[in-house]
Amino acid sequence: MNEPITIKPFLRLSGLEPLVVRPETNFINVGERTNVTGSKKFARLIREDKYEEALSVARQQVESGAQILDVNMDDALLDGAKAMVTFLNLLQAEPDIAKIPVMIDSSKFEIIAAGLKCVQGKCIVNSISLKEGEAKFIEQAITCKSFGAAVVVMAFDEAGQADTRDRKVEICERAYQILTEKIGFAPEDIIFDPNIFAVATGIEEHNNYAVDFIEATRIIKERMPLAKISGGVSNVSFSFRGNDHVREAIHSVFLYHAIKAGMDMGIVNAGQLVIYDDIEPQLKQLCEDVLLNRNNDNNEATEKLIQFAETVRAKGKETVKDESWRKAIIEKRIAHALVHGITDYIDADTEEARLKYPKPLDVIEGPLMDGMNIVGDLFGAGKMFLPQVVKSARVMKKAVAVLTPFIEQEKEDRKQAHLMAGTVNEESSGAPKILLATVKGDVHDIGKNIVGVVLGCNGYDIIDLGVMVSADKILTEAQKYQVDLIGLSGLITPSLDEMVHIAREMKRLKMQTPLLIGGATTSRMHTAVKIAPEYNNAVVHVLDASRSVTVAGSLLNPEQKPAFVESIQAEYKKLEVEFVQKHHAKKLLPLAEARKKSFLIDWKDYHTIEPKYKSLQVYESYDLAEIASYIDWQPFFIAWEMHGRFPEILEDKVVGVEAKKLYADAKILLNQIIEEQWLTAKGVAGCWPAQRTGPDTVTVQNGTEYIALEFLRQQTTKAAGEPNLSLADFINPDATDYIGAFAVSIHGIEPHIKNFETALDDYHKIILQALADRLAEAFAECLHEKVRKEIWGYAKEEKLSKESLNKEQYQGIRPAPGYPACPDHTEKYKLFHLLCAEKNAGITLTESLAMYPASSVCGWYIAHPQSKYFGVGKIDQDQLHDYASRKNMPVEEAKKWLGPIL
Amino acid sequence: MKDITSALKDRILIIDGAMGTMIQQYKLSEEGYRGERFKDWHKDVKGNNDLLSITRPDIITAIHKAYLDAGADIIETNTFSSTSIAQADYDMQSLAYELNVASAECARSAADEYTAANPNKPRFVAGAIGPLNKTLSLSPDVNNPGFRAVDFDEVAMAYEEQIKGLVDGGVDLLLIETIFDTLNAKAAIYAIKKYFREQSKPELPIMISGTITDASGRTLSGQTLEAFYISVKHANPLSIGLNCALGAMEMRPHIEELSGLATCYTSAYPNAGLPNAFGEYDEQPSETAHIIEEWAKEGFLNIVGGCCGTTPDHIRHIAEEVKKYPPRILPHLETSLA
Repeated sequence: MNEPITIKPFLRLSGLEPLVVRPETNFINVGERTNVTGSKKFARLIREDKYEEALSVARQQVESGAQILDVNMDDALLDGAKAMVTFLNLLQAEPDIAKIPVMIDSSKFEIIAAGLKCVQGKCIVNSISLKEGEAKFIEQAITCKSFGAAVVVMAFDEAGQADTRDRKVEICERAYQILTEKIGFAPEDIIFDPNIFAVATGIEEHNNYAVDFIEATRIIKERMPLAKISGGVSNVSFSFRGNDHVREAIHSVFLYHAIKAGMDMGIVNAGQLVIYDDIEPQLKQLCEDVLLNRNNDNNEATEKLIQFAETVRAKGKETVKDESWRKAIIEKRIAHALVHGITDYIDADTEEARLKYPKPLDVIEGPLMDGMNIVGDLFGAGKMFLPQVVKSARVMKKAVAVLTPFIEQEKEDRKQAHLMAGTVNEESSGAPKILLATVKGDVHDIGKNIVGVVLGCNGYDIIDLGVMVSADKILTEAQKYQVDLIGLSGLITPSLDEMVHIAREMKRLKMQTPLLIGGATTSRMHTAVKIAPEYNNAVVHVLDASRSVTVAGSLLNPEQKPAFVESIQAEYKKLEVEFVQKHHAKKLLPLAEARKKSFLIDWKDYHTIEPKYKSLQVYESYDLAEIASYIDWQPFFIAWEMHGRFPEILEDKVVGVEAKKLYADAKILLNQIIEEQWLTAKGVAGCWPAQRTGPDTVTVQNGTEYIALEFLRQQTTKAAGEPNLSLADFINPDATDYIGAFAVSIHGIEPHIKNFETALDDYHKIILQALADRLAEAFAECLHEKVRKEIWGYAKEEKLSKESLNKEQYQGIRPAPGYPACPDHTEKYKLFHLLCAEKNAGITLTESLAMYPASSVCGWYIAHPQSKYFGVGKIDQDQLHDYASRKNMPVEEAKKWLGPIL
Repeated sequence: MKDITSALKDRILIIDGAMGTMIQQYKLSEEGYRGERFKDWHKDVKGNNDLLSITRPDIITAIHKAYLDAGADIIETNTFSSTSIAQADYDMQSLAYELNVASAECARSAADEYTAANPNKPRFVAGAIGPLNKTLSLSPDVNNPGFRAVDFDEVAMAYEEQIKGLVDGGVDLLLIETIFDTLNAKAAIYAIKKYFREQSKPELPIMISGTITDASGRTLSGQTLEAFYISVKHANPLSIGLNCALGAMEMRPHIEELSGLATCYTSAYPNAGLPNAFGEYDEQPSETAHIIEEWAKEGFLNIVGGCCGTTPDHIRHIAEEVKKYPPRILPHLETSLA
């Protein structure tokens, strides 16, 4: 026990997986085809920006046994650094390629430096040398060292490239000394390339080049045993271009001898190496003579090999790339392509499947779904990881794109048939809609995006609301678009509560839509215990993106749904029972104690400002142009999933161009709305004498009637000195104070929405809806300012920019009933009564106390400078009972409305 | 200050536990986070735990002391997100340097107080360098796998600013932790080397701690443990280890593997088990300590502590259990292949 272990100085490299070069390690193949100087095909693909196909060249190298991937972008027609970065970044998303280490190959060091910044693993730099002197060599070596890269050092110095054995050895020894002694480079991280030059060129001085390399290798390895030897093998057979048969034999024979001398690795076409013993004896003998410079006086051996080469026809050889899967039946091929993320053949395979199956949709529901299920199972079992799943989704997307026109055509044919026959087409108008959102307070959406991609591939219409989406927004949009499923995602713990809240809201709004729960922080247990009981329709926890497809399929198939939901509910019920047996409740402050910790305002020094206008101020049709100047555009862009600050977003590197277009289109529509008076802004505001008459009660005097507004108080345990807030705290208990209220609404949207729908113009339809919401909010902002400065006039001197208004920097607040500071929606009745809002602003309240038209806002005005926005948070049973009795409401009813905070 | 390497030869050192879990217990409100100085800040700052080193240094110092009381030899500065990149969430990027100095000073004063009280047990301050909310190896856009939200130079620059703050605030060590993307860690290593080279200061010891995210045994960016170690070994770190994501139970095979690979010291600070269905950690201090005791017995460990969900109680229990065992002995490094 506790004996020290021994660690040897092996060269250790890494991609996603390690590569340890031990003495017993066989020769290491460095894949050479991802090199624009060596592969015409690869060069063309890169020049034409066909990176996806270029990646398949890399994959082919790995599949045929390359253990390191050489990447070279040295082409005069290319921006080499950019191509290197693009290719390496893409490569990182391909786990079956990125598993092996990368050799960043360039004669330009700036391309190497750019490449080093893209690769997480320990790579090899190919190459540096003493060509431009010692100073440059040291500088470049230090850069390589600071990225932890191993280096290939070419036998090249100020005097030129070494061709003889002694020059090769001399330069390598000098470089070794500089690296290890001056820079502290680990000797095992040094790889020498003593230059492989072409033999059999007809020039007698070249005949000994292979021997020089082999001999130099032997000496270098003796003198510097930790260093490695590498080289570009195909150079040696350059004279036999066009005759692959002979070239491959030369390579094998050369390697046979060079490896024996100590060569560790080489840049080879990994798919094209013949086995030494398989070479026909005559050819092998000729190759040995040429390479070892035997029987070669007057180029005799060379001549013989050339003669032989002319007699053999280059036998086309198949690449060793594992294409055996191509021979399988179509379903297996599609599954293979999905699991391995191979897009090369998917178009043709999908077409083949389409012809085989009765309907194009059957291809999606059959082989494609089956393949995705395999992906899901592998992912679930930890045998595939995230980037691979994303790759699979891309294959799926491509396949679906092939099928879509045919599916559309079928639909159109049926439609025409119905028209001809005079019958009614009962098909639903489109694909099932699935709304996805990362809940409020959470910015993590990788998982959700993947779910979106995967479901989108499966023919669903995805409405992705993006990140940090409030419950209100999710449910408003869900209802607006009448989605078939709602999927919520979250990664951080607080998101769990938000999901519970959404489930409650869905129940409160009497929704029927099944709810899917996903994301790293979620669990089957939490879903069963906390979320499912809050919603009387299907709630399903979805483990991962691939599984979302089967779950969505089951929920949207009327035949499968009942049994599926029943089994899930039974399972969750069981989990819930199990949990409740262990559960113990969390502590909240007793109401009496929370009240003792109310927010204390020094009212003696406070000068109450009497409102200038005490009658209701009614606006039948407020100037839209003025309202428009108050629009906070940021939420408008967020509605379009363009996250970022306004106006900076218009210059954004990524979305800027699109944001600008959208902004321009929105402005055009906004102008049209204003010019042609499409919409009408109705609103009402008022102020009344008020006094705090109880710990959480404010009594309003409205003419001769007195109306008690009931508020709720925070009950969570707070840090010392932090108050437990209630809105009542901001109203004077000892003398007459004032409170205000407002309701605003944007009317007249419906006919225009209809027009856009008829024109199939979703784009403008959504802009219009988003603008109406913005206008309602802007109207609230505009009216609030008017109240502060004129109607109430408690902040006559205020001079705030529109931006500051959006950031709530004004004095006082305008909290809305049903929202965090006063979470009880039923107080809206009092607000509406005081304002006669139904008459004056044209707003009606639904049974759930939602406002119609949808683009409506209401709230209280509180003026005290210390008043602020807050959330009541969880309350306890004692406050529930107290509140119910204050409101003269049965406890059960109060419970219903306050559910989210209980 | 007594040299940390002599302490490491002597015994298993204890690193502290979770900062976030402890801060949560103070139940700070938005106002609590803001303090007087940021009362009018234009963005919500609640949750910006690192800011508390400026607005509530009393709390941060108290937490450090709680861990020092529990027996921690090394305490981590409250700087997990103190980079201009991570602070941009709060629009506080310009405060990055100041946050690091303030946090380092909180930890420094607490550590010095305890060292003075008991010079036989010197306490060390590790400047915590977190993983960032943007990654260099993964695309945030599924349809564009080649896209990167940030580039190497930006990340290295942000880390360099953090490092400067930590060094100016007086840390003893630099701890690159919770690494889920190795390329981010490589940028941090690059920044450390660059900073000390350009300042001509002696380099502070570097501790590196990666995160194995799940049962696949890989980092989030897809590397196996050995590939990860190979990728960061050039930092020539004082220690290599693992933290977060896993509880001690799940971390065991990885720590065992690492202790057989690492030419330097090893560290481990697991979570208090895996989160339960509500995202809470409920592994009891004695349970965590019991698992870790076995690691110490096997000789896997040089530095041990806790991550998410661990408390001073966990650290106290761990310290009690591991003090019975000698530390892992550094491997013998051969200089020849034979």
